[in-house]
Amino acid sequence: MTLAPPAPVHTSTVVVPRRRRRRSFRAPLLGLLGVIVFLAGWQLVAAAELINPSQLPSATATFARLGTMVSDLEFWRNVGRTMTAWAIGLAIAAVAGILLGGLIGLVPILRRGTHSSIEFLRPIPSVALIPLAILTFGIQMQAALVIIVYACFWQVFVQVLYGVADIDTVARDTARSYGLTRGAQLRSLVLPTALPYIFTGLRLAASVALILAITAEMTILNPGLGNVIIIAASNGNITTVYAVVIVTGALGLIINLVFRAIERRALAWHQSVRGEEIL
Amino acid sequence: MTLYTSTVRTAPRRPRVWARLTTTTVYALALPISLLIIWGVWGTIAPGKFFPAPGRIAEAFVKTWIGPAFVTDVVPSLVRLAVAILIAIAVGIAAGTLIGLVRWLRELVEPLMEFFRAIPPPVLIPVFVALLGVTDNMKVIVIAFGSLWPVLLNTVDGVRSTDAVMTETARSFSLTPGQRLFSLVLPAASPRIMAGVRQTLSVALIMMVISEMFFSSSGLGFKIAYFQRNYLIAEMWSGIVLLGLVGILLAVIFTFVERRVLRWYHGIKEVERA
Repeated sequence: MTLAPPAPVHTSTVVVPRRRRRRSFRAPLLGLLGVIVFLAGWQLVAAAELINPSQLPSATATFARLGTMVSDLEFWRNVGRTMTAWAIGLAIAAVAGILLGGLIGLVPILRRGTHSSIEFLRPIPSVALIPLAILTFGIQMQAALVIIVYACFWQVFVQVLYGVADIDTVARDTARSYGLTRGAQLRSLVLPTALPYIFTGLRLAASVALILAITAEMTILNPGLGNVIIIAASNGNITTVYAVVIVTGALGLIINLVFRAIERRALAWHQSVRGEEIL
Repeated sequence: MTLYTSTVRTAPRRPRVWARLTTTTVYALALPISLLIIWGVWGTIAPGKFFPAPGRIAEAFVKTWIGPAFVTDVVPSLVRLAVAILIAIAVGIAAGTLIGLVRWLRELVEPLMEFFRAIPPPVLIPVFVALLGVTDNMKVIVIAFGSLWPVLLNTVDGVRSTDAVMTETARSFSLTPGQRLFSLVLPAASPRIMAGVRQTLSVALIMMVISEMFFSSSGLGFKIAYFQRNYLIAEMWSGIVLLGLVGILLAVIFTFVERRVLRWYHGIKEVERA
């Protein structure tokens, strides 16, 4: 199996505090400027009607629609439905991925025996299972869950496999010579080694889960934000489509930020995170 | 010239090669074959409505995909996928290198990129349909745009984390910008870039299927959705199998390319581990 290691190697440990202070003001300001330029460009193109308004509503119209949507309770129910499918799918995939990954990764016979099947099953795109999910579960959240769990499972599972395989040989031999019990080895050798990988897997799985939760709602048509987009698009209600796209982007952004923060908190002791803070 | 890295010479172990090969094959094939057998037996004893036996699926596979459908549905889908992937990788690496090297540009577009990356790619399909109409070009563009972000952001990260000592060295030896780009920055970023390409491939495949499920009258995604709506179960399964094969094909191509591009990197890793 091949995958570039998740943790970047920081070779430089030189701290330059003065430059860092100046940059901390500059970066957000420039970033804000970038967003403003983008929105202004969007508004100008739409206002000058370079593109037909039925294809590209103006930024103000889109955000106005977003405003009215936010005051509607049904909108929040749809957000809730999407996020429920996201959370349940991610939780199932995480538990299954960590348990199975740990078991298979730690038992050499299992690892050898399942290697070919894993390499074969993993590249199968989860969306290929959409028709099967519709047939077996109908237009329900379970159908969406099948797809979310399948896609997220591999993200977590593979990372756990790598993590468990990454155990330092010297550390393992030390643990053995000190006669650590299986439980103690698991707790103080396997888990600390695999934890950064597990968090990488969870972070990837969290954004994949959102993609597939919304994809499922678009194709299976179970209620949720994806379904709202499809209905709006087929009614020619293009402003709503743009508004919901912004909402999904915001959800994705929040998920990314939250999971990165969790990773940083939980792995504060770990080399990769300590290294990042120095920079 | 031969280079001996080890001073200990071990006797050649010819006779055991075959034994090892046999155990490897047994390990590789035991689980898939036993799963297939269980499925086959299960399918014949208690035929489930939606789970036909593997024999039926294989039959349907040959009947559905080997023939004119291969030219009208499979080939166009794969061509669109390939073109879109190449566009996404080329644009991602080019833009990513530029953004990674120029700091003010990076700070300017970073929040925007974070946002665009966070948008689940399939929701872009209705937007692009509205903007460009339902054409082949639209499908290629929407696949490329949706799968661009992993490779773009990983390139930015990779370019940024170029080793400072190496950058200084390149400057001291006064390499031209072109030399610096091709013999320092891009090779240094390549492990990250390849990690991004891997994600790009799987997003592109998802986008191909979804874009065809909605606004299309041909292609793999369309066919599978069509079979499902008409309860052609074995045919639908054969489509799932075909998509799986496409996914595996992409993974194999990727592994091959990655081995070549990152040979030096894997070499360094081996040395570090040893």
